[in-house]
Amino acid sequence: MPFSLLKYGFSRTYPARYDIPPTPDLKRHYDVVIIGGGGHGLACAHYLSKYHGITDVAVLEKGYLAGGNTARNTTTIRSNYITPEGISFYKEGVELYERMSQELDFNVMFSQRGQLTLAHTEATLRSFKARAAMGSHLGTRTEVVDQKEVEKLSPLLNMDYGGPLEILGGLWHADGGTARHDAVAWGYAAQASRRGVEIHQRTEVTAFEISGGRVQKIATDRGTIACGQAMIATGGMNYEMALKAGIELPIRCYPLQAMVTQPLKPWLDTLVSSVSLHTYLVQSSRGEVVIGGGSDPYQLYSTRSTLDMKEHLAAGAVHLFPFLQNVRLLRQWAGITDMTPDYSPIMGASPLANLWLDCGWGTWGFKATPVAGKRMAETIAGGRVPDILKPFSLERFRSFRLLNEMGATAASH
Amino acid sequence: MKLLACPVNGLRNIDEFQSFGPLRETPDPEKTSDAEWGQHLFRADNRKGIIVEWWRHVPSNVFFLAERDTESNEVVRTFLPAETGERP
Repeated sequence: MPFSLLKYGFSRTYPARYDIPPTPDLKRHYDVVIIGGGGHGLACAHYLSKYHGITDVAVLEKGYLAGGNTARNTTTIRSNYITPEGISFYKEGVELYERMSQELDFNVMFSQRGQLTLAHTEATLRSFKARAAMGSHLGTRTEVVDQKEVEKLSPLLNMDYGGPLEILGGLWHADGGTARHDAVAWGYAAQASRRGVEIHQRTEVTAFEISGGRVQKIATDRGTIACGQAMIATGGMNYEMALKAGIELPIRCYPLQAMVTQPLKPWLDTLVSSVSLHTYLVQSSRGEVVIGGGSDPYQLYSTRSTLDMKEHLAAGAVHLFPFLQNVRLLRQWAGITDMTPDYSPIMGASPLANLWLDCGWGTWGFKATPVAGKRMAETIAGGRVPDILKPFSLERFRSFRLLNEMGATAASH
Repeated sequence: MKLLACPVNGLRNIDEFQSFGPLRETPDPEKTSDAEWGQHLFRADNRKGIIVEWWRHVPSNVFFLAERDTESNEVVRTFLPAETGERP
């Protein structure tokens, strides 16, 4: 048996498959330089190379592939937002997730199990009614459910009848789901690199050379490259990166903390989220219960976990599912979220003609990975911002057309 | 337990404090363009490193300023706005 395995390993018929080739030397010029090798940057590279015929692309990643917020988020996919602009955008994101495994020929383990958001107050229930009405109007599956239906959807929930945190109802979003974050990034990376996109890991952008209102060259710690166009998609580092190009984005960075329990047998078949408790839970395909997400209450670039935030998350989780009290925590982490004043992302043009922004992804970036990649590729290839992205422009902070997205997150609203 | 030094009440548990974000200059609204006003409203000092920010000791309602490193979370010093003439 070991010998036959060895023979198989060296066989020419079944050569080892490398999803992503080793990092090549930097060329002197690329048509498109994507700064940030996370989900968004890799998705954009995939769509540029597959649908727009642009393959002279370099993705520059400071660390390792998808090791930033792509690895740190809690993989919630949903479109139950409240602004029509937000819902339309995220709805396209969910639809792209539904087809992603086929698109990428890579199993991203998309599981469309539905998301249940809980209301403990009448005020929350009223906001759910608004979200459900807007969501149904725009063609998403979003509805308000009563106590009986909540119990049916998640029978192990502590309803707290008569208690201070009695669950009065919920927002049931059948389109909601989850996917494997590494697979999403690797799927896009594998597809893009097969078409000639170069992925440069451990390559840090240090400065921009700007003249005539354009980015001429990008300096990295591995050499300087010229570019036709460039895009910033560096997650928690977006503010610092844009500042290097002389652009100050309206972003403040906060750590968002999450954690997972030891693996359990499958028991939680929906995503459960509580607005009042600032806690949400999802069981991963490994059986671990992912619990998120507490934002630190002040600006910080440190990804250290804090005991008070973990206590808060654990308290919320145990309140919703009391039997979790005996379960041990396995891992904990934090990611740096780049929060915008209106909880909507910043996509599209920057003050520089050939520099594009894919920023301000705060706590809502993972679900937008495919749609942001697709639409930013369209923007870069065509040189104009498509209508679906126009409401998310940086310009909105000058013209006071903010897009207040109160459905953005269970973490910090 | 994390502690923060209130200039009036001394070292207290961080739970007693509320962050009010980085210090920002208020431009004269009469002489400011819409774009500059937007910049004033929405921009915030978000650099890595030491920033100056407003804090409030909630039980005693004392507003004060802190110099804090946003990479290490180390508080360099805290002081009352009277020393610089700033207003929250």
